[in-house]
Amino acid sequence: MAEGRVVGIDLGTTNSLVAYMQGDAPVVIPGADGTNLVPSVVALDPMKPGGGRPTVTVGNSARKALIQTPERVIYSVKRLMGRGLEEIHDELKLFPFRLAGDVEAGEVPRIQLGELKFTPPEISAYVLRQLKRNAERFFGSPVTQAVITVPAYFNDAQRQATKDAGRMAGLDVLRLVNEPTAAALAYGLDRSKVGTIAVYDLGGGTFDISILKLKDGIFEVQSTNGDTHLGGDDIDNLLLAIALDEIYAEHGVDLRTHPGAVQALRKAAIDAKIRLSTEDVARFDIELPNGDRYQREIPRGVFELLIEPVLERTVGPCNQAIADAGITPEQIDEVVLVGGSTRIPAVRQLVDNLFHLAARGKKPHIELNPDEVVALGAAVQADILAGASKTTEEMLLLDVTPLSLGIEALGGTVARIIQRNSTIPASATEHFTTGVDGQTNVAIHVVQGERELAADCRSLARFDLKGIPPMSAGLPRIEVKFLIDADGILKISAREQRSGKAAQIEVKPTYGLTDEQVESMILESFDHAEDDFAKRLLIEARNEAETILTAVERAPGSPAWKQLSGEEHAAIAAARDRLNAVKLGTDLAAIHNATVALDEVTRRFAELMMEDAVSTAIRGKTMEAAGEELGEAVTAPHAMAAAEFK
Amino acid sequence: MFKVLDSAVPVACWSCSIGHNDSTLFCPHCSKIQPPPGGDYFSVFGLEPQLELDLTALENEFHRLSRKLHPDRFVRALDNERQWSLADTALLNNAYRTLKDPIHRTEYLLKLEGAEIGEQHSGKNRPANGKDVSRVPADLLEEVFDLNMQLEEMRMARKTGDEDPELQASLQAAKKKFDGLLEVVDKDLRAEWKAWDAGDEAARKAGEKRMVALLDRRRYLSNLVRDVTETLGA
Repeated sequence: MAEGRVVGIDLGTTNSLVAYMQGDAPVVIPGADGTNLVPSVVALDPMKPGGGRPTVTVGNSARKALIQTPERVIYSVKRLMGRGLEEIHDELKLFPFRLAGDVEAGEVPRIQLGELKFTPPEISAYVLRQLKRNAERFFGSPVTQAVITVPAYFNDAQRQATKDAGRMAGLDVLRLVNEPTAAALAYGLDRSKVGTIAVYDLGGGTFDISILKLKDGIFEVQSTNGDTHLGGDDIDNLLLAIALDEIYAEHGVDLRTHPGAVQALRKAAIDAKIRLSTEDVARFDIELPNGDRYQREIPRGVFELLIEPVLERTVGPCNQAIADAGITPEQIDEVVLVGGSTRIPAVRQLVDNLFHLAARGKKPHIELNPDEVVALGAAVQADILAGASKTTEEMLLLDVTPLSLGIEALGGTVARIIQRNSTIPASATEHFTTGVDGQTNVAIHVVQGERELAADCRSLARFDLKGIPPMSAGLPRIEVKFLIDADGILKISAREQRSGKAAQIEVKPTYGLTDEQVESMILESFDHAEDDFAKRLLIEARNEAETILTAVERAPGSPAWKQLSGEEHAAIAAARDRLNAVKLGTDLAAIHNATVALDEVTRRFAELMMEDAVSTAIRGKTMEAAGEELGEAVTAPHAMAAAEFK
Repeated sequence: MFKVLDSAVPVACWSCSIGHNDSTLFCPHCSKIQPPPGGDYFSVFGLEPQLELDLTALENEFHRLSRKLHPDRFVRALDNERQWSLADTALLNNAYRTLKDPIHRTEYLLKLEGAEIGEQHSGKNRPANGKDVSRVPADLLEEVFDLNMQLEEMRMARKTGDEDPELQASLQAAKKKFDGLLEVVDKDLRAEWKAWDAGDEAARKAGEKRMVALLDRRRYLSNLVRDVTETLGA
């Protein structure tokens, strides 16, 4: 086949993977370093940009930068995909990232990373591009087509953002597959299986529950539910909050003002969490900036009490999914566990209780690695789509839309036109008319969600039916067709029936990028890929030197400058002079070292400035500050959720 | 009603140009996928309109058609084939969803026959308080009035944190009674299905009227049961 291979990609909150069908079994494609998991972490190289873009690193190397240059690293960006400024309000408090200063309401938020700004799909595109490269390196040939997984409970905008990311990465996304369904595919390669299975998927940042019926290779989803903001991240946050509070209480050190230290502590919290899945007690032992040590033991019992409220949040969605499938827990034949967080014994206990497993002499399925099973399933779906394999020719996935689709009606109520858990593709046709004589426009507001009022649902799009021939009120008959495609993404078309004229539609997505924006982002990220490497490095080094020198030049005007000692002032002056002396030379290492030295001696100054900025800034605020400004006190600590630290 | 007309429209296959009738998903000559046919949901499954259906056979046919129509099978096909696969599969899914549920199926068939059905979708047009006084079945007027009083009392009690075991028991009893009435409605409906499928035109028309009334009553009762269940479980 001319098109080449189709790969399956699990674009995770914490880690991402790429897999393909090798003969009749799916396998994960390792990266150059031999590891299967690519941490979903993107870092901007410390070198600042020259004429082109600065180097971007992804994965393990980016993760390492998290502690040294936290302001140039971003992780867990999946939590921000397809969401508006107002919506990421709660998220803002949990991440140390900064929102770009010039983001306006209604725009796709951009994250300030070093001196550049990125939308969440652009960040995800970097992760996808890394996976694409890994696959190309593995096959020795280009890879351009992929299946990408998304949480089943992702809404329209989140799905569209994921597809946009694929396009920016140079991938033709043949299908978005729901993660729990993908996991079921990976487990269901043995096509003789018949019965009802539940997939409980608790990952780094999202929770999904799906109930499927298997019959002769058909995987028919009956119902799905979930929470796109519930996962291992939330558990890490709890541990981190305790550690930060105790460190402050016992040692008088407020680590929240040291982003690098918070990241180090986060890593320790994640280590502790992982250890508590196999051991009875985990230990924190951290050296603090003042030389003290923070030592703390966490027994498993305490840990389980602590995380109970988080795990409890998975119960409601499970019960709803069971009810929507029209069955009882006893009718579920198998339960599959997916996502790293299902390694926690308390999670397994909860699942056992929910589905009455032990009581029925059953155990949940954990045979496939919970970190890899989604990618393996994506590879199976990729093979189904490629359509040339005996193994999967009888297999077909019939998935559902997780949320009801509705139209805002008079009085702000929602008229539902496609019910949740409808098998997709699904369509609905509605008729609209005018309310005023000669009216040529009708505005329609499409929402997604289960609540009675449009204001409580998720706004998908507002669109105008334009070019309606002028007629008496109520006479035009505009037929609007809503179609949810196999990716779970809404498509709208309309025509005026009395005049036979196709009405023009202008759909303005409430959240999301326009086609043109996506196109320009594709160009931006690839324009400079082939620049002369050495020349670019030198330009970047000089630029970085200039940036920091300019900042130092301006420093004496800042209030923070006055808080520094005379010795510090002198050290900064010396380092500045050294950098000035080498910056125009061609010795890359000398420029780099002098820049780093100046950066070192100005670090305390930068921190003092940052504190000032956080408390006073209106623009260019940190996300935490932005969260505060939006009207809620900040209670959660900085930080969170990155790659899994081993 | 318009079925005969619809299926008589001759259409030429886009691929082999041989004419076929409009109610086919695949060209009978060259087997290529066709644009969504104009027939009703029953005709998607090759069925005449009917109210008693073999659900296993329906599911098997749904799976068989899904395997042939689903967009997964057309990823590398022509643009128009891909679009028709999407539209046809949406039609198939809508048809299956409607026909597999006996109540949706009955409502759909009655609508097809030109009957006016009160509420098309649960959730849509549902009065905010769940009550729909205009449609209270006459024989239930008194009981519904009492029940609504009790429900109100119960909600108040919940708000103030009071427990009233007597009220609770009374509501439980009411729920049981209405559940029983629902069962009677369902039994009556099943009898009507059989009669409609076997009946002639006149018998069908009479049956349709009775079914519309039964569906109204059923909708009313299930709203009541839902309200009681919600209030008890709140």
